[in-house]
Amino acid sequence: MDAILLQVLNGLDKGGAYALIALGLTLVFGTLGVVNFAHGALFMLGAFCAVTFQKIMTLSKQVKDESITFFDAYKEVPYLEIWFGDTGAAFIDWVVPLSIFMAIPVMLAIGLIMERGLIQYFYKRPHAEQILVTFGLAIVLQEIVKSFFGANPIPTPAPDIVAGSANIGALFGLGDSVVYPYWRLIYLAFAGIVIFSVFAFLQFTTFGMVVRAGMADREMVGLLGINVQRRFTIVFGIAAVVAGLAGVMYTPILPPDYHMGMDFLVLSFVVVVVGGMGSLGGAVAAGFLLGILQSFASMNEVKAIIPGIDQIIIYLVAVIILLVRPRGLMGRRGVMED
Amino acid sequence: MENNTVLNIAYVDKTFGGLHALSNINLQIEQGKTHAIIGPNGAGKSTLLNVCVGRIRPDRGTVNFGGEILTGKHPHEINQLGVARVFQTPEIFPELTLLQNVMLPAFAKRDGAFRFNPVKLLADERDIEGEARHVLEDLGLGDQMDNPSGSMSRGDKRRLELAMCLVQHPKLLLLDEPTAGMSRADTNRTIEILKRIKERGMTKVIIEHDMHVVFSLADKISVLAQGTIIAEGSPDEIRGNPKVQEAYLGGTHE
Amino acid sequence: MSFFKLSRRDALMMLVFTAAVLTMPVWLSPIGAGYPDLVQKFAIYGLFAIGFNILFGLTGYLSFGHAAFLGVGSYTAVWSFKLMSMNVIPAVLLGTLAAGLFAVVIGFISLRRTGIYFAILTLAFAQMCYNLAYSVLTPITNGETGLRVLREDPRYLDSMLGVVQEAVPLGNFFGINMQGYSGFYFCAVMLIIGFFISVRIFRSPFGMKLVAIKSNQTRMRYTGFNTRPYVLVAFVISGMYAGMAGSLMAVTDPLAGAERMQWTASGEVVLMTILGGVGTLTGPLLGAALIKYFENIFSAFNESALLDAFSFLPEPAQHFVVAIVQPFVGEGWHLTLGALFMIIVIFLPGGLVEGISRLVRRRGKSGSDNAGG
Repeated sequence: MDAILLQVLNGLDKGGAYALIALGLTLVFGTLGVVNFAHGALFMLGAFCAVTFQKIMTLSKQVKDESITFFDAYKEVPYLEIWFGDTGAAFIDWVVPLSIFMAIPVMLAIGLIMERGLIQYFYKRPHAEQILVTFGLAIVLQEIVKSFFGANPIPTPAPDIVAGSANIGALFGLGDSVVYPYWRLIYLAFAGIVIFSVFAFLQFTTFGMVVRAGMADREMVGLLGINVQRRFTIVFGIAAVVAGLAGVMYTPILPPDYHMGMDFLVLSFVVVVVGGMGSLGGAVAAGFLLGILQSFASMNEVKAIIPGIDQIIIYLVAVIILLVRPRGLMGRRGVMED
Repeated sequence: MENNTVLNIAYVDKTFGGLHALSNINLQIEQGKTHAIIGPNGAGKSTLLNVCVGRIRPDRGTVNFGGEILTGKHPHEINQLGVARVFQTPEIFPELTLLQNVMLPAFAKRDGAFRFNPVKLLADERDIEGEARHVLEDLGLGDQMDNPSGSMSRGDKRRLELAMCLVQHPKLLLLDEPTAGMSRADTNRTIEILKRIKERGMTKVIIEHDMHVVFSLADKISVLAQGTIIAEGSPDEIRGNPKVQEAYLGGTHE
Repeated sequence: MSFFKLSRRDALMMLVFTAAVLTMPVWLSPIGAGYPDLVQKFAIYGLFAIGFNILFGLTGYLSFGHAAFLGVGSYTAVWSFKLMSMNVIPAVLLGTLAAGLFAVVIGFISLRRTGIYFAILTLAFAQMCYNLAYSVLTPITNGETGLRVLREDPRYLDSMLGVVQEAVPLGNFFGINMQGYSGFYFCAVMLIIGFFISVRIFRSPFGMKLVAIKSNQTRMRYTGFNTRPYVLVAFVISGMYAGMAGSLMAVTDPLAGAERMQWTASGEVVLMTILGGVGTLTGPLLGAALIKYFENIFSAFNESALLDAFSFLPEPAQHFVVAIVQPFVGEGWHLTLGALFMIIVIFLPGGLVEGISRLVRRRGKSGSDNAGG
């Protein structure tokens, strides 16, 4: 029982990341009709927003280390600590969550530039060309990041106070075997909040209403004389922010490197297909579902029965779904079916 | 059911999300005749044709073609039985030349639904090419045979599509508004062509709005309105039928 | 001899092609690309791209998983070296065949869908192969280390025939060592055969039917064609080309690693094909050669080499240019590749061959205009 709970929890945080990326992917597909292979790169860029913020905040000066008296020793002390003392140190400790405030405008700007500068010219082009051009863009973005930050993963720790683990098992009266890092719980809650905000935004604002109508029938909305185009540009920006935030908060779980975007992109595409192209709810549900399935598949008991299942489970599910229910779990009939 | 019936549509029902597109359609098409189906927009004419060629599966009922049940068969299987179709919006191969456009259906007729023969060169397929040239010349497209078909006028595209059907010598030809968007001259030319094939004994089902076309070609007319056949008979009978006039007036005034 | 028949124009093209490929080491040496390792790569990747073009160029089905067939070809060839013989003929035949069988299975399933779904399905299959090659299939693939030929491998066929084993086992063609130029010529012959088959497919009714499927699949169905087996055959043929390319990689360097199956490798062949020209005969080969050439040249540059290259400039300008160029070369070669990808798709979706013919046409037109005016 507790093993199952543990696997569900383990799957949830990864599922949260899948869900957030897939949400933006399907939002862009549903509105702009563009298959964006550079969406994973946005996730990666988000993560590197956190890295950049950390780098800036920890800009350091060499200071003589007073604790060593035998010889002249120097240590690096961040300016923030020098100027603000303990407040500065606390600020540095909280650098990952704080970098959200930097990531939102940055990612929004990147999204808008990308849409206006490139994507808008590909609305009417065949899907194959959309895939190819965004694939090229993804390579360019990740190589740029690589040339700035190097090829190695960069550790970006969570704040000290949440560095430990929660004893979830005790909470449910299941003994002490179910421990779960606090940060993953935070990630889960964060993913939930972001997903909820996006849905609420689409559900309860006029802007969202137009976007949803546009997703259902673009021409009809166009006929109403509403400028859907500008709204869709903003939708792309929102998708970029969502992917970026998913990346920022994921950094303590997985130290970011330049090709993390590609790894997540392929999986997120599979998630979108499983959920149903153009279905927001489907993307979220499939994200969590596949995350959980993946963590179950990596249990030793399961691997003993079907060796290697942990490596292929997501793709296998995608293949089966595509064959028996091509519109995905929650996709509408007729969306991209043949 | 009469003995010389080739196409027998029996008890066909089709609903789209609660909307009755076709309800209990019974229709017999006789060998060698031209049967026109007319009716106001949204009467279900195209749906009926789509049921015949396997594009739409009816909820109930069957379509029988020369002893073969068509319902549930794939479009290519139905074509291989000898049913060819001209679409409402021309479906051609825009990237290919006119000649290639017409050679393809000729291949389908000769080789069946699938044949893998990479050893043969296209240039050696003299018979097929000859047949295609012949049909194109017959339809007055001989002078542009080697042009790409995508840049032709809409009327020419329709004529090309007709050529693609005729090269197969189908037993049954289904035409969905074959003259829509054509000039008067082109329309008359198409009527001439269709009259000529009638003499060869090909059975045709034609959907048409242009009454000039209908009355010049049809041996028999069925009138479809709101998914049911409201009248059937010879052109003269239909012309004088008050129900038909009512359906048309009702249809256009809505 | 109908099999070898070609129209006069194609026969001429075939002749020029053969001559050009066989003399590559000569005419490519002035640009520093004449050495065996590189021309060999041109031939192998050219074969891969020509095969990919038979699927993508003719039918329009975009596969994002063709690297899997490359990998299968490589692994099979190495196993043929290990278990049967160091002779390259069985290795290439088995590698091609194994990839073909593999393509039958993957194609049969993936072709139940079209468009982007097809792309995702092939991608999913290739990723599965890649992940499995790294994990549970380690007994077959030797995981991260890669599968290599060892001296103590049984090689039953060789020992049966009493072939003497070398201290370092290398691929051979009935005694001719497949290193250096002999390796290139073996690959070149395979490339010429592959190109010939591709020309024949392009010029056959079968090829025209594939183009028609790309042009209007619905019309094809209502014209009486069962389109799925046609695309499946194209898929399998292109998978076999990939398998042959993979086995040739093992022929010239007897080892195989899973990284050959990664989806970025699938992306690379797509790029080669579109760079040269989708659906053209020679385009894919041109694309493959260009990419491999620039990869080789660009990735070899480091800062000092760059400073040398721009030494003709005055010093401040030299440093400035080097600073701009540097991110694009050496380690940054992939950046150039990605940018190239975008530029081609945005400005020249028809690829270089179309671009060139457009230029030629324009020049011809302006020439005739001048003559007329």
